[in-house]
Amino acid sequence: MQFRKSWIMALALTSVVALSACGNGGNKATTNNGGNTPAATNTESGSGAKLSGSILASGSTALQPLVEQVAESFMNANAGVDIQVQGGGSGTGLTQVSEKQVDIGNSDVFAEEKLKDAAKAAELVDHQVAVVAIAAVSNPAAGVDSLTKQQLVDIFTGKITNWKDVGGADQAIQIINRPASSGTRATFESFALGTKTEDQKGSIQEDSSGTVKKMIGETPGAIGYLALSYLDDSVKTLNYDGVEPSVDNVIAGKYPVWAYEHMYTNGEPNETVKAFLDYFLTDEVQTGDVVELGYIPASKMQVSRDVAGTVTPK
Amino acid sequence: MRVKSKNSRLEKHHIENLVGRIYMSFCVLLLVVIIVSMVYFVASKGIANFVNGEVKISEFLLGTKWAPEADTPSYGAFPFISGSFLVTLLAALIASPLSICAALFMTEIVPGWGKKLLQPVIELLSGIPSVVYGFVGLSVIVPFLRDTLPGQGIGVAAGALVLSVMILPTITSVAADALASLPQNLKESSFALGATRWQTISRVILPTTFPAIMTGVVLGMARAFGEALAVQMVIGNAPFIPHSLFESASTLTSVITLGMGNTTMGSPQNNALWSMALVLMLMTFVFVLLVRMLERRNKI
Repeated sequence: MQFRKSWIMALALTSVVALSACGNGGNKATTNNGGNTPAATNTESGSGAKLSGSILASGSTALQPLVEQVAESFMNANAGVDIQVQGGGSGTGLTQVSEKQVDIGNSDVFAEEKLKDAAKAAELVDHQVAVVAIAAVSNPAAGVDSLTKQQLVDIFTGKITNWKDVGGADQAIQIINRPASSGTRATFESFALGTKTEDQKGSIQEDSSGTVKKMIGETPGAIGYLALSYLDDSVKTLNYDGVEPSVDNVIAGKYPVWAYEHMYTNGEPNETVKAFLDYFLTDEVQTGDVVELGYIPASKMQVSRDVAGTVTPK
Repeated sequence: MRVKSKNSRLEKHHIENLVGRIYMSFCVLLLVVIIVSMVYFVASKGIANFVNGEVKISEFLLGTKWAPEADTPSYGAFPFISGSFLVTLLAALIASPLSICAALFMTEIVPGWGKKLLQPVIELLSGIPSVVYGFVGLSVIVPFLRDTLPGQGIGVAAGALVLSVMILPTITSVAADALASLPQNLKESSFALGATRWQTISRVILPTTFPAIMTGVVLGMARAFGEALAVQMVIGNAPFIPHSLFESASTLTSVITLGMGNTTMGSPQNNALWSMALVLMLMTFVFVLLVRMLERRNKI
């Protein structure tokens, strides 16, 4: 009898804990609000109207670290605001923002390229917060410094299979690719190759830039592509048509393989979301967090590019 | 007074019973609802492409070209289906003899310290997260294969090796349980007839426990078939049917994890991934059915 009672109590307790755990996500913003209000009055005196509410952002994992870091400092300055940043990939971010499940959808590509429903894409408002440039990289032993666009196309379409055909060592080329749906791959294909490529037999696909870097560094004859922030001495950065993939060359519009990092809102953002996105474009963030994490400030770009890929000087 | 108190005590008893019953029914109902809705969700998403005519079912199951982002996309999933079966079978082939020997060692050869030593080690193996297996595979097995064998190390062989280690504990523990539950008199009569230990093991113990050991193998295969992360890290993920064991290939799970986040809900590519999830789920049902059939044959 006694045993049974305690057993039922335990069950009930478990269910209560489980239920309260479920509810926690929604409550978090309000509890944070209550706890931090005194601090808010101290730090918020400068910017006038006090912001409150919660912002949920999801999407691109390439952009996630930046959004998280900026959200951190934004929350420190505005104690009434709670920002949660989730990953999931560009596709997830765009889907969720167009279905209003999140406030901000982070994406590596233009919404028009990803969402098949053009009307849905048109509802979304684009906020370009940073630029990511992508460089072709190879294993250091390949013995090549620079590749032309045509050579890259031939390599990634399987026409050239040995480094000696592009002036390097006599070694088979091993392609380390990103999956067909990857934003990084889409950027590399549209702006470096100018064409979509089919997966080559024997090529390797990895879903994170960290693994791609590891594989290129270790695998003899490997070629792949990485965002500038990932480059280091373990891989050889290749010049593209003789242009060095450097931040300055990207800003000046000399190096073409780059893409915007987008933060989409569904329609015009509300006050809090707008303040957050505006904060993203302040000099403090653009020359601070953005540069620190290896992105290129969108505000610094001397050229701009539209959905169709047309580049115009700013 | 006394009667009354006895009555109330009885009532309390009834109430407790009722509460327990309601709680239990609620839990069971919830479980059933969750399972049914998950099956429904995966199935409805999985057949979406076939229903709206985006992809033909034969094209999906037997097509060998996976090019979802091409101008004329094709959604052939056969390379992934065959890849999944290939690594699963290879892993089972590698792991089964090892596991069965380990189980025999633990139960027949040295039941004392053998069991004390091996059991915790094997249980530890099953507690290691799959990302750790994947990372060890990528850092140890892949470079080893690259240096000693043709190819780039990454590929079907690496995937099967990593998986075989992962399913070792499953097969071993099921096999060890089966061997332990074998009636002592079977062995004793065998020994009494003058059979050696090896003859007893190979002619009496293994044939008798065969269905139970196969249950372990099938459970291990089910785990291998559904494993995503560890395989994805070492198999290379090229959407082709491999011509050698050292060539990059894909499994159903690896292509799902690679593509799910980057595709938008409702797009044909996303739905094709759901179709693969449906194939995975159906395969799991097949594995469960197999286990059921084996259990029925189990005569211990």
